[in-house]
Amino acid sequence: MYPKDLKYDKEHEWVRVEGDIAVMGITQFAQDQLGEVVYVDLPAAGDEVVAGETFGEIESVKSVSELFSPVSGEIVAVNDALDDTPETVNASPYNDGWMIKVKLSDTSGLDGLMSAEDYEAFVNEA
Amino acid sequence: MGQKLEHTPLHAEHEVLGARLVPYAGYEMPVQYSGIIDEHRATRSSVGIFDVSHMAEFRVFGLGAFDFLQGLLTNDLHRIDDLSAAQYTLMCDESGGIIDDLIVYHSGDLEYLIIANAANHETDFEWMKSHCPTDVELADESERTALIAVQGPNALEVIRDLAGPEFEVPDRFHIGAAGLDGVPALIARTGYTGEDGVEILCHADNAIAIWRLLLSFECVTPCGLGARDTLRLEMGYHLYGNDMDRSVDPVTAGLGWTIGKDKTGFVGAEAIVRIREVGPSRKLVGLTVEDGIPRHGCSVLHDGTEVGKVASGTFSPTLEIGIATAYVPVDVATEGTEFEIAIRKKLARAIVTRPPFVKKTSL
Repeated sequence: MYPKDLKYDKEHEWVRVEGDIAVMGITQFAQDQLGEVVYVDLPAAGDEVVAGETFGEIESVKSVSELFSPVSGEIVAVNDALDDTPETVNASPYNDGWMIKVKLSDTSGLDGLMSAEDYEAFVNEA
Repeated sequence: MGQKLEHTPLHAEHEVLGARLVPYAGYEMPVQYSGIIDEHRATRSSVGIFDVSHMAEFRVFGLGAFDFLQGLLTNDLHRIDDLSAAQYTLMCDESGGIIDDLIVYHSGDLEYLIIANAANHETDFEWMKSHCPTDVELADESERTALIAVQGPNALEVIRDLAGPEFEVPDRFHIGAAGLDGVPALIARTGYTGEDGVEILCHADNAIAIWRLLLSFECVTPCGLGARDTLRLEMGYHLYGNDMDRSVDPVTAGLGWTIGKDKTGFVGAEAIVRIREVGPSRKLVGLTVEDGIPRHGCSVLHDGTEVGKVASGTFSPTLEIGIATAYVPVDVATEGTEFEIAIRKKLARAIVTRPPFVKKTSL
């Protein structure tokens, strides 16, 4: 459900850090709560994201949610495939359903994120 | 707030099926089981079943039953003089404001059965009671009645299979009694999905037995209120509270067809005549949106000026685009007119499209 090599935030995003690049998406819990995703609105490569601020929106048949960035930096890649197949977020939230890759401007923010265990406990509490 | 939510007789079944339960009209109701799109498509291609036991059922009985309802409802009750016939109708206040939309079944001699919206349960019953003459018995049957909608191109096969070879499926907008594998029920050939099918009325104690009988068919998928909403909006069917309420009259709501031809003397009739003479200033239109999903309350703009708000809006699983309804000024309500809908920070192009949005169904 919650891979051990990822970091998680309270807005139900995950981050995979590869060197100074952070890949992010939404968690299994988040996609399940949303239901079938029909629309993912992401920024463009080159845009800046700021930790704790919104960078896009995700919409299911029933509801729309904002996407919050757990980290700060410059977007270096966007998963454009989600334009045509947004349901990939449901099918593969941690792999093919990734959303953006960010070149970290500052890695200190990563310390505030949760481990898989902590996130699971957080979700079970909710 | 803090109010305890009611349960339908099928609540425990929904939990076992892993439904996501949400508060709706004072009930805890399943919004989805496997997923809204899955369930939507199952209903369009095979059979979906829906627990709609939260809806209200009223029985009107007595020598004055016809006159009572004819004086209270907009449609001409003479159209269902034949026993077992049913009609869609509205109940309005004196100023023509819509109190609720209903289906009335001529269920027996001197007897009518009414199905009403759950959210209007108390309001409707109080309104009816306050107009009820002494020669009419008005009974609220909601508590002991369960309602299960069985909808889709293969729905009638399932019903025939359960009711046995002797049973003749009622015509469209008719009702009949049946034994479903021996369990007594009323089978109404009505629905809210745009597919052929029935709505089963049964005693609350028999609801689980019938629900399980239905689910024993491989072609049957349990569906929640989420799919019920996308299915009905693809057909342009009105939802009380979104597409109409007390502030809207039947003509403005595009439901003029539910007013009996030349019918007078019902509550709201004079106000409706006046509205018809002057002509409504607004009209409920259908809108299609290619780039985004319009939602209830989104602003609708014409040439940069807000002219209305989205009444109902969702993603159409069949068309895979956004669809909506909105009240707009009549002069811009013509088919093909372009609007913009403010979907959060973006403006999405919307085009007036005459519902039903989905043209081909089993109906």
